[in-house]
Amino acid sequence: MVEEIGKTVEGDLIINVGPQHPATHGVLHLVLTLNGETIKKVEPHLGYIHRSIEKMCESLSYRQFIYSTSRMDYLSAHINNHACALCVEKGLGIEVPARAQVIRVLMDELTRIASHELWWGAMAMDLGAFTPFFHAFRERETINDIMEETCGARLTMNYNVPGGVMADLHPNFQERVKNFLKLYKLKIHEYDELVTGNIIFQNRMKGVGYLSKEDAISYGVTGPAARGSGVSSDIRKLYPYEIYKQLEFDEILETEGDSFARYMVRLREMNESIKIIEQLIDNIPDGDFQAKTKAVLKLPKGEFYQRVETARGELGVYIVSEGGTTPYRIKFRSPGFSNLSALDHMARGGKIGDLVATMGTLDLVIPDIDR
Amino acid sequence: MFIVDYIKDIYGAIRSLLVGMNRTGYYFTHHKEIITQNYPENRLELNLPERFRGEVVMTHDENNEHACTGCSACELACPNGTIKIINKFDISPEGKKKKAIDTFVYHLELCTMCNLCVDACPTGAIKMAQTFEHSVYNRGLLTKQLNKPGSKLKAGVE
Repeated sequence: MVEEIGKTVEGDLIINVGPQHPATHGVLHLVLTLNGETIKKVEPHLGYIHRSIEKMCESLSYRQFIYSTSRMDYLSAHINNHACALCVEKGLGIEVPARAQVIRVLMDELTRIASHELWWGAMAMDLGAFTPFFHAFRERETINDIMEETCGARLTMNYNVPGGVMADLHPNFQERVKNFLKLYKLKIHEYDELVTGNIIFQNRMKGVGYLSKEDAISYGVTGPAARGSGVSSDIRKLYPYEIYKQLEFDEILETEGDSFARYMVRLREMNESIKIIEQLIDNIPDGDFQAKTKAVLKLPKGEFYQRVETARGELGVYIVSEGGTTPYRIKFRSPGFSNLSALDHMARGGKIGDLVATMGTLDLVIPDIDR
Repeated sequence: MFIVDYIKDIYGAIRSLLVGMNRTGYYFTHHKEIITQNYPENRLELNLPERFRGEVVMTHDENNEHACTGCSACELACPNGTIKIINKFDISPEGKKKKAIDTFVYHLELCTMCNLCVDACPTGAIKMAQTFEHSVYNRGLLTKQLNKPGSKLKAGVE
């Protein structure tokens, strides 16, 4: 039987999940080869929303290209912008003011919580629970309001510019964030009551979509999906950028490697983000929010790489510069693409109902995969 | 003991479901905690933050004067070609030629509200407005002229 898995034989059923299937996120198209209800092969078909962002960036200046990366992983748009700004600053050798660094990290962590909250709601909805979605959006809305007030937009902020941030914090920012922390602590127990402890949910998650530590490494899985398999992959700890070195937080690791472990990693990671915000919110240093930069940015000839930890994993920005005002080549190493590559391995031999649970815990954002 | 574990499992399962139902029941009976906003009905009370990016507008004062010198900094800063500035040359009373804007064309349909043009403007002539209901029946209505007809440059702005 084992040899047969992965080979299409007569009598196998081939069905398409997506691109407009309600159980998929965005326009993911999966071609499933089934033997009865057992999955033999999962083939993701990509490219439905490919916008050639990498190619577009080649014709944009170093200030302009940052906005387009908000449209990759739109749930951690601020972190994407952060990565690009960091990479340009690395090339130019700009020292970012301390205030800008703290603002960036605060916004990063707020984005991470917002992203994980949306994932939590969508994940429960994938498994058939509709109410958690609204509970998650209640807290997420508070973060969106903070973003709207300070950055000017709710989702595609474009708040990072080379050298700092676009505008100073709004006077209400600290108070609003403290209100959010209060609300979060008041409501977080509901997440466990509604979903985590639920016996139906646990039965659908535990032992489903197993990914071993070795496989996670060989498929290049990063982020919470890898940490659920016990792979230490938090860029904030391994290759600290900005002020993460001075902050106290733990890297969450679970060793089971199943869907439930990945679920727990994300839930616990939200608490770590809260810890970081609490450390910073009362200690925002005074000073400039933006370093003085030239009107036209020109990166010196060479190659620059910067990685950051988004809500989904490691995002790498690779810029090749010829010394001009626009990059010669830009490559994004997006976490979603590598995480999706492990889906076939994880789903093989499982049941079709478990595929949705496995996919949900990978937290796929399709624009991030297609770019 | 197999039987004891079995009963324990069933008890735990029922308990977990009841805990979840308790939470649902709490919100069923506490209507004040529901925070849903009825959007089209509350349109008049909607207060968007001042930094919210809805569309680019040009500020005019009561004398119908603006601060745009036609330097094209916004046009260069825009990543999408949203802004197009058509300049003309005014002849001053002394007989000198002076550059001024004729039309400030703004393509709302191309705009991604990235705020780079407002950031680039050296005189603060343009800003982001808080309007957000942009749908129209005709695509041509989305191409706008931002300087009002008959407006001219404020005195003292270079």
